[in-house]
This record gives sequence, structure tokens and C-alpha cells, in this order.
Amino acid sequence: MRYSLLSVMGQALRGQRDWKPQWRDATPKAEYDAVIVGGGGHGLATAYYLAKEHGITNVAVLEKSHVGSGNVGRNTTIVRSNYGLAGNIPFYERSMKLWEGLEQDINYNAMVSQRGVLNLYHSDAQRDAYARRGNAMRMAGIDAELLDREGVRGMVPFIDFDNARFPVKGGLLQRRGGTVRHDAVAWGYARAASDRGVDIVQNCAVTGIRRENGRVVGVETSRGFIRAKKVALSVAGSTSLLASMADLRLPIESHVLQAFVSEGVKPLIDTVMTFGAGHFYVSQSDKGGLVFGGDIDGYNSYAQRGNLATIEDVMEGGMALWPGLGRLRLLRHWGGIMDMSMDGSPIIDRTPIDGLYLNAGWCYGGFKATPAAGFCFAHLIARDTSHEDAAAYRLDRFATGHLIDEKGMGAQPNLH
Amino acid sequence: MRIRCPHCGTRDNGEFSYLGDAAPARPDGMEAQPAAMHDYVYLRDNPAGPHRELWYHGAGCRSWLVVDRDTRTHEITGVSSARDVALSRRTGEVA
Repeated sequence: MRYSLLSVMGQALRGQRDWKPQWRDATPKAEYDAVIVGGGGHGLATAYYLAKEHGITNVAVLEKSHVGSGNVGRNTTIVRSNYGLAGNIPFYERSMKLWEGLEQDINYNAMVSQRGVLNLYHSDAQRDAYARRGNAMRMAGIDAELLDREGVRGMVPFIDFDNARFPVKGGLLQRRGGTVRHDAVAWGYARAASDRGVDIVQNCAVTGIRRENGRVVGVETSRGFIRAKKVALSVAGSTSLLASMADLRLPIESHVLQAFVSEGVKPLIDTVMTFGAGHFYVSQSDKGGLVFGGDIDGYNSYAQRGNLATIEDVMEGGMALWPGLGRLRLLRHWGGIMDMSMDGSPIIDRTPIDGLYLNAGWCYGGFKATPAAGFCFAHLIARDTSHEDAAAYRLDRFATGHLIDEKGMGAQPNLH
Repeated sequence: MRIRCPHCGTRDNGEFSYLGDAAPARPDGMEAQPAAMHDYVYLRDNPAGPHRELWYHGAGCRSWLVVDRDTRTHEITGVSSARDVALSRRTGEVA
């Protein structure tokens, strides 16, 4: 499907009735070279890069519901590469570079908006920590600027700089960070993968992983058995459930994260801003709603809805930083299920079972990783070796002690 | 979500802190192999369904509690004092 000004105008006159589906809603074949479980952003990106980078097109993406119904349609759309640890820096920067070229690559308007990500600091110690992180980024060739108070005031003059407990002292700014239209990422990758021959199979829940002689041979699904040489799991909050079908226990807990949108208002904030003294971040969507969120609820959950205590905590963080928010009404809020890992970092690796691959443990940072996760997971599936940018995301790092604990919280998933 | 604390009555979940699955038992540090310690520290069943877990009533009686809760619905079916659970585990009774 191609779009032009003429086609948009023509459809407007015909009541938008004649648009064609953007990808094939495929019926599963009996056998594939690779089956990707999970039709979210990561799974679709993996299928796209398998086809584009490795020429593997006999691939199915199995989605239990419809494309975009999981976390790719539930996140707060922020992209950034402002990490501080060696294992993370090259991976997230690859993701950022892929975001920058994504729309040209897949010929789809994903509304990539590099409006900047501004992390505020509120104490001398926090400034030192941010300076260190910014330096780590700059040494890797990533843009980072340490702003003083006046620099922040020039960007977001409306926040409470002189809060008695948490005065704003400055911020760490990554100008190349920003937001991307999350649904369009799923749709764009789905169309691009489908165009290259990938089967996108919706309403197809995986119910079992069949093995013979210690090797994966396919998946049992709600639409019958599908034979596959390789099975790749990319199912976010459902990772432990799928892994248990292959008798694997993982260093992962599933937790609910809530997100919020206010009523639409005129342009208020033209960047992504995070509060450094609590967990609160905010940006403004093109429709005008403020999109914001904070901590996960903190208890194991598969419910896709959270509780009031966390909502209050997020609102308190928002009000402490930006008292004017109190004049806005909340339009809606929702929850998604996060695969919280034991060190706060992801896993892109083979499993002890031949032919079974794992992309998981994204905690609440999976969206920004979508292109690179797909890129590196496809590399792993195609070549059976880790991509160099994801080489640290090993499943056995918990046994060997090579943890990547960006926050320094230890093996407590609800604190990452 | 509200938790019926055996000491304080039914209270909002915001008064409680969550530790995690109550099932993992710490291996003997002097005897255990590294693999057993790895399993205890890092691996979890993470079920979708009934889950027995540890909560701390920090804004109340400051007791550790064992809560039976369904992770699909957040429905709580049982709450007992972690001390009672530990004592009964030691004496071999089922809590």
C-alpha cells in the first residue's frame, strides 16, 4: 500500500471505505524455518530484520491476540540511549540510530520526534552521578549535555525550581532522545515484514513447545501444531509462562506498570522530562494529552491493571515537580505486564534447549529497544551467535556474576 | 487491593511493601553448591495464578505477612503472620 496526497483526498471523499489492509492476516502453514512467538514490537522487528538482514523469510510471527495489543500499544513512547554501563551503551545507541533511520527504512510514518529527554537532578550528589553518566555516553560518541539550573529554566520554565525538599539544580539532556508513535512502530514493522514474505498470524496462542531429543521441533497452538526448526520467544510479561512450557525457570518476575494520559491541552511541554527525586516522567502527545508514568506497582501480576496506591504515588511525584498539573484532569490510565529481570537488564540469548531462543527481561524499558532488540535477536536466531552489541545480555550472567545492574538494586525485580 | 492484616485488620495495599515469592528457601550457606544458591537468589516460578508471597506492613504493625494472592485477579485468599508460618514449618505442621 502506497500513500499520496491524492489517495488521502480521494479516500476522504469516499468516506475512507476503500483502504486496503497493510499486511496479510496469514493462516499458519505446517512448517517454518523460524517461528517467533509474540506479535509485539520486538517480535515483528525480529521478523523484519530476519528477512532483511539475513534473507530468512520462511518465518511466522504468532500473536495470541492482535498485533499491537500488548506492551507496544501500552507504553509511554519514549526513546533514548542515556545508559551508563558498558553492556548497555552500544546496544541502546544502536537502537537510537535505527530509530533515526526507521521511517526511511520501512517507508512508514512512525512520527519519530527527537524532542530531547531531560533528566532533572536535585542535589550535588545527583549532579555528580549524572555527570558521570553523561561522560560515559560522550566517551561512546553519544550526545549528552549537563545543564545548570538556568539551562533547565530555558526549556521548562513552569516547574517548581524552588521546591523546599527537591529544588531543581539542573539536568542531563540527551537531545537525540524523544518519542515515537508506538502503534505505528508495530504496524510499520508488520507491513515491512509481511511485504518480505513473513506470515503474521493473529489470534494464535501458543499452548506448548514440542521437543524431541532435547531439541525444539515446533509449537502447539490454538490453531494446531506448527513445525519449526527454530522457536524464538519474544513475549514480554508472559515470558515465564512460555518458558515453563519448555521446563525452564527464569530470573524474571512479571509486574504491572501503569501509565496515564491527561485531557488534551494546547502545547505545554516540548520535551520528555523526568523527575530525579521520585519516579515521574512526562511528555505531551501530538493530540495534546500529557502522557506520564512512574513506578511499577511492585507485586507479581498478570492482570494488566494496577492499584490506587501507585496512582497516588505517581501523581504526588508529578505535583511535587510541576504543581500546575493539578489543574488537569486525568483522561485514562491502563496497565501492562513487564518482564522484570533480576538485574534490571534484558536477556537476548540462546537457551539450554537447542533451537529455543529468548528475548526477555526488558523490565519497563522495552519500547526504546524495539529496533535493536529485533536487529540483535534476528542476528542470534540466524547465526547462533550473539550480536556484538547484545553480547552482554546472556542468560547465564546470573550464574557467572556478570550482572548489568544499572540502578545498583540487587536481585529484587520490583526495585529496578 | 486491600490486605487483611491479622494484627491491624483490612488495610490499603499502599501501607505494605512487597518482597516476593515466599517459596524459595535459603540453602545452607556453608553446604550449598553455587548452583543451589543461584536458583535461590535468581530463579522464580512467576506463576499466572495462585501465588504465596511475602509482604511487610511497614505503615502498620511492621509485621512480615504471608499472603495467598492470585496474580491474574489480585484476589487475596489468605493472610497469615510470617512468624507463624516459619514456626509451623520448623515444627513440621502445615500453616
